[in-house]
Order: sequence, then structure tokens, then C-alpha cells
Amino acid sequence: MKNELIDIQPESVSKTLDLTQVKPYGDTLNDGKVQLSFTLPLPCKDESIEAAKQLMRKMGFDNPQIVYYKELTEGFTFFVCYGDSTHTVDYTKISVPKVESAVMTMEETDTYIKRNIGRRITVIGASTGTDAHTVGIDAIMNMKGYAGHFGLERYDMFEALNLGSQIPNEDFIAKAIEVKADVLLVSQTVTQKDIHIKNLTELVEMLEAENLRHKVILICGGPRISHELAKELGYDAGFSMNSYADDVASFIAEEMNRRIHQS
Amino acid sequence: MQKSKLGLDVEKIGRARQLAQQIALPVQQFVEGYTTVAVERTLCRLLGIDSIDTHGIPLPNVVVDTLKERGVLNQGVLFHLSNAMVETGLSPQEIAEQTAQGNFDFTRINVYPAATREHALQPYIRQALERIITNRQNRQRYIETLGEGNKPYIYVIVATGNIYEDVTQAEAAARQGADIIAVIRTTGQSLLDYVPYGATTEGFGGTYATQENFRIMRTALNKVSKEVGRYIRLCNYCSGLCMPEIAVMGALEGLDVMLNDALYGILFRDINMQRTLIDQYFSRVINAFAGVIINTGEDNYLTTADAFEEARTVLASDLINEQLALLAGLPEEQMGLGHAFEMNPELKNGFLYELAQAQMTREIFPKATLKYMPPTKFMTGNIFKGQIQNALFNQISIWTGQGIQLLGMMTEAVHTPFMSDRYIAIENARYIFNNMKNIGDEVEFKKDGIIRKRAQQVLDEAIELLERIEREGLFMALEKGIFGDVKRSKTGGKGLEGVVMKATEYNNPFIAYMKGETNI
Repeated sequence: MKNELIDIQPESVSKTLDLTQVKPYGDTLNDGKVQLSFTLPLPCKDESIEAAKQLMRKMGFDNPQIVYYKELTEGFTFFVCYGDSTHTVDYTKISVPKVESAVMTMEETDTYIKRNIGRRITVIGASTGTDAHTVGIDAIMNMKGYAGHFGLERYDMFEALNLGSQIPNEDFIAKAIEVKADVLLVSQTVTQKDIHIKNLTELVEMLEAENLRHKVILICGGPRISHELAKELGYDAGFSMNSYADDVASFIAEEMNRRIHQS
Repeated sequence: MQKSKLGLDVEKIGRARQLAQQIALPVQQFVEGYTTVAVERTLCRLLGIDSIDTHGIPLPNVVVDTLKERGVLNQGVLFHLSNAMVETGLSPQEIAEQTAQGNFDFTRINVYPAATREHALQPYIRQALERIITNRQNRQRYIETLGEGNKPYIYVIVATGNIYEDVTQAEAAARQGADIIAVIRTTGQSLLDYVPYGATTEGFGGTYATQENFRIMRTALNKVSKEVGRYIRLCNYCSGLCMPEIAVMGALEGLDVMLNDALYGILFRDINMQRTLIDQYFSRVINAFAGVIINTGEDNYLTTADAFEEARTVLASDLINEQLALLAGLPEEQMGLGHAFEMNPELKNGFLYELAQAQMTREIFPKATLKYMPPTKFMTGNIFKGQIQNALFNQISIWTGQGIQLLGMMTEAVHTPFMSDRYIAIENARYIFNNMKNIGDEVEFKKDGIIRKRAQQVLDEAIELLERIEREGLFMALEKGIFGDVKRSKTGGKGLEGVVMKATEYNNPFIAYMKGETNI
């Protein structure tokens, strides 16, 4: 009885937000409530449910609850679970590298480029390697854009060339040289077995071998790409989900400006 | 046609079909004058040439590349192989092996009379056709004895990269209620100008299509079909540069469904339009003969263009694909013409428009096994909303009687499906298909209401578009970017170097046999 009461009204739980010890929120501060689901390669038996609970405890959850389970096929059982996270993070110590540019509207970016750069900027983009997905690069580059954010083709001050999908890195570079591209945009959607990392790394190495790397602004994007990862791989910026053409355009304009005034 | 629930004008539908036919006929005339390296490799495979040489190059490539190097591809592989068979008494496989070892040049041989050559080929032709007929009969027997799922068939994908892992996933999906298992190909396979050989365990975003992988999966599905008491169909992809080759490998191994759409390859894989339309014709002849349901890729137009604005392109393309398929002898029941549920979820009354379009497609193609594709473009990673988007999609499918339901996964845009994702998707579809089973019989659409008006409008717009394509020709229309906002040049893209005009000696007897114009 005592234990159950503790579960309902844990007196030790603080009701104030402490940014040095942040926990998930269910309906009460610091309750640590998390929902998760997973499949174990085990048949549907009491022992398997216990295994799921033990696994939850090892993952750092108190009070693990298996609210639903179902054998998907012989020897594989699916669990829907809730638990209370015992872990916390110190929010005050977190620092995340970000693309450092103020986001401007299309008109503002065009004006900015006219004033500070004084010419149109040539951007080529592609979904490179074997990646067949064009959704990302199309969203950034095509006239129509995505979710109400017009693509780079729509900007007066960008000469935007979208090569589409499955473009080998060598062809991409050849085209960049041909059109004298200022900016290279690479989209990567498929990430199975880290193929995007290999492909992105290869492009940087090839650009360095051609002595082109420092002459262009190199940007990558995709649902599993972060700015931090992009920097690590040798890119100038990385854009992930919820980034639109305006974000990319603003970054390009400001980075071009920065480089002009450095040299 | 049954009385239209949408008030569609029968004469307008007839007009649209006639335009599509006028677009398809010149394409067909063009196609019949040419062959390709892929078509010739397909003929090698039909004669039993298989396996690889010491460098891992498939023997059909060794044989056809030899013809190409000698500049005699235009005479066709059967011409040269049959001369060599008469001269040496060797089988096609033996000739291929000798060629791979560099022992002799089968293109520099006496030319024998046509009748003598045909006589030499005859047993091999018969063997191939009989094997395909047997597979077709086996499928029929399974369906008669075990039964099959109700339409819409529940279609799910497996994509682990490892064929043995795919088998585990496929068996699980079949037990949960899937009717069709599609083994997604590894990314980039559509651009390979050869088909890899043997069982494979490494792939990115999918598993290599190989004949051995087909056999492994079909064998596993036969077993699980018996276990679940329902015939489980197997789907793969004959699109890309090896379109007819993969069709024939599927036919030889008893596959049931094949993605098979030149327009898709042109627009989304930048495959040369001449090459792939020539390849498509022979691949559809094979699929027709093998009883394979083809799937077309119109749904993809809506991933690059707006689903509401571009609905007419989907209908126009379905009509053109229907005519091209008919010219290859493909019955309507084997046409899985594609369309999709891809409108922006924020669109007011979007569900009504989707419903109108799905019902319209059903009425315009009453016999086709329509393939209905799930939301992908507006799937965000919010899996909870994604599950609802998929539920709306499932409702429309049962309401309008679609043929094949490619199940949406709530984790679309996140990862290739987990076993549990597939379970949740199948549970969603089965719940809705059962719970709303007869809604289409019960509900009528208001005269002059949103739904009827939308369907009529899309048909009108499709007719306008077809008129334009008919004036310009399909090739020119593709150059102008009429579908999916994608422009492709007639001489651009991949694979044009594999196309040649047929010489007078050229003959492909399989076409007449498979289309039933000649008796076997």
C-alpha cells in the first residue's frame, strides 16, 4: 500500500522548474513521464513482459508500465510502455552550434544581395550519389518552394540550377565548374547504413582535391542532417527539418558578404 | 459503365480515351522499329542464359556487349545465337560461357536460312514459355485452393537490404494481414545496366532485385500462403534500365505484381525516354503473358507537383498508360494504374477532393486493379498525426473500391518501416476496411456538390491536357515538362547509347507467342 501511495503522490518530487535538472513532463513538473514503444525478439509470454520491464529500468525508467503488448509474428512481441525517467539534464550547460544568420524575407535577401554583393549569386543543387529523393532539394530550390516559402528560383538575385536526384559527385562538381557556381547545395535523404556520411565526405574530399573547396559555399541538408554534423564533415552549414528557402538564402547572402569583406 | 455516382459524362470519358489512344499509337510505331541492350539481354535470359563470368559480369551482358562492340546489335541476339547454335550444336548457355572465356566469336559465323535457325531456337523458346505458363497456372491453383485477400489488397513493403531478413519481415506482414509484399530495391539499382546475380545481403534502402532473391522470397511466400490460408502476392520493380530483364526474371520465378512505368523512369530517374519506352513495350508483353499486375507511377507526379492543382496530369497519364498497356496485350484487370492521396492536410475540404478523385478514377477505369498510394509528401515525423492521415486515406480506399492499397506508414519520412510500423499500419487498414465495408454502396454524392464538381472539373482539365499532348506528341510534351513539373530531353538522360534501330534480319518471335498471335 505504501509503495502505491508513493507512486501517486511522490513527495520527493519538486514542483518547480530547475533548469540544471530538467526532466520530461507528463502532467506535473518533474514527473519524468515518457511514452515509448519497442519490439523484443521474444514470444508473447509473461517472461517477455518482465523482460520489457527490466529493459525499461535499465534505460533509466522508474515505475515501468506495459500498457499494451502484441505478438507481431512468432517470436516477436511489440510493447507500448510508459515510465518515469530517472535521468535529468543540465540545460544551463548546453551549447548547440547554429547557423549564425538573421533570417530575412525573399525581398530583404534580394535587396541585401543587390546592396552588398552587387551581382546575382549562382547556386547549384542536387540530391547526390544514389539518393533518388528530390523532395528536399525541390523544397529549397524550385519556384514553388514549400509550405508557402518560395524557392531560390523565385529570387531575383539567385541564379538557381536544380540538377535533380542521383547525381554522382563528379558530375556535380563538373557542373559547378561549368556554371561557375558560388554555392553548392547537397540534399541527402537516405541515411541507411550512414550512406549520406560517406557521400558527403566524398564530395568534400573531391572538392579539396580540385582545389575548389574554399572557393565555394558548401551547404548540405536533409531530415537527418544537423548544422553540427555538417560542420564536422567540412561544410559551411547544414539545414534540417523545418528549414526553408528563406533560411538557406539568408545564410548564403550573409556568408557571401562576410567572405567579401574578409578578403 | 455503371451509372456514374459523380455525374461524369460518358462521352467525355470516351473522348479522353480516344485522345490517349492517339497519343499512344505514334509511340508504339516508334517503339516497334527499335531494340535495346536490355531487350536483347531479356531474350538471352528467355533462352536460358544465366550466371556470371569470372569477373562477375552477368552472361547476358557478356553476350549482348559482344554484339554491341561488333556493331551488330541491330540484327538482334537471336539472329547471332541461332546461327551459332546451328553451326556448333551448342546450347545458348554454352555459347555464352564460351564467349565469356574468349574461346570463340559467335558473331562471325555463317548465316543459315531462317527456317533452320528457327528450328534450332524452338526448343528453348518452348521451354521458357512453358515455364512461365506453369507459374501462371500455379498461381491460379493457389488462389483457387487457398483463396486470396479481399480488395483493396493490402500492400506493404520490406526493405532491409538483406533478402533473408526481408523473408522474416514478409512472413510477419503476411501473418498480420498483408496481401502483397513488395521488396523495395536498393537505391540506385534502376540506373544499373545489368542485373546483379545470386542471393544478396547488402543493400541501401532496399534489396537488390536478382532472380535468386525472387526465388527465395516466392518460395517463402508460398509457404506462408499455405499457413495463413490466403495467397500472398509478391511485387518487385521492373523499371529503370533493366525493365524487360527484370520482367522476365519475375515471370520465370512466379512474381505477381511489378512496378512497370516508363514515364516514371523518364521523369524521376532521368532515364532516356526512347530507351525506356522501347524497354517498356517488351516488359509489358512479358507481364501480360505472365499474368502479372503492373503498377504505374502516377502518384509520384504529386510528390513534386501540387496534388490539388495537378490532378489532371495523373488522370491523363493513367489514360495514356492504359493505351500503351493495351497495345502490349495487357488486360485491364492487370492494370494497377496509379494515383495518390497527397493533398496538403491543411487544405479545407481536402478529404472531399481526394474522395472525388478516387471515385472518378474508379469509374473511369472500372476493371483496373487501381493502385492507390498513401500520403508521403506531408508526412512530418509527427507519427500520431501520420496515423490519422493514413486512416483518412484508408477510408477513401474502401469507400471507392480501390484495387491495391499501398499502406502508409506513420513513420514515413523517419525510417524504413520497423516490423511494428507495419503491424500498426495493417491494423489501421483492416479496422477501417471492415468497419466501413459497404459505405460506398450506401452513400451518394449531392448533385452539384463539391465532390461531383471536383471530379467533373478534373476530367475536363485532363481532356484539355490530352488535347495538348496529342497535338505535340508525347516526346515533345515530356520535353516541355508536362508531368510533375519535370522537363526531360528526347536525347538526354541515361541509356540512349543502348538503343539501335532494328535491321531487316531482326526478329523477336516471343512477342507474337506471348501476345497469342502465334500458337506455341
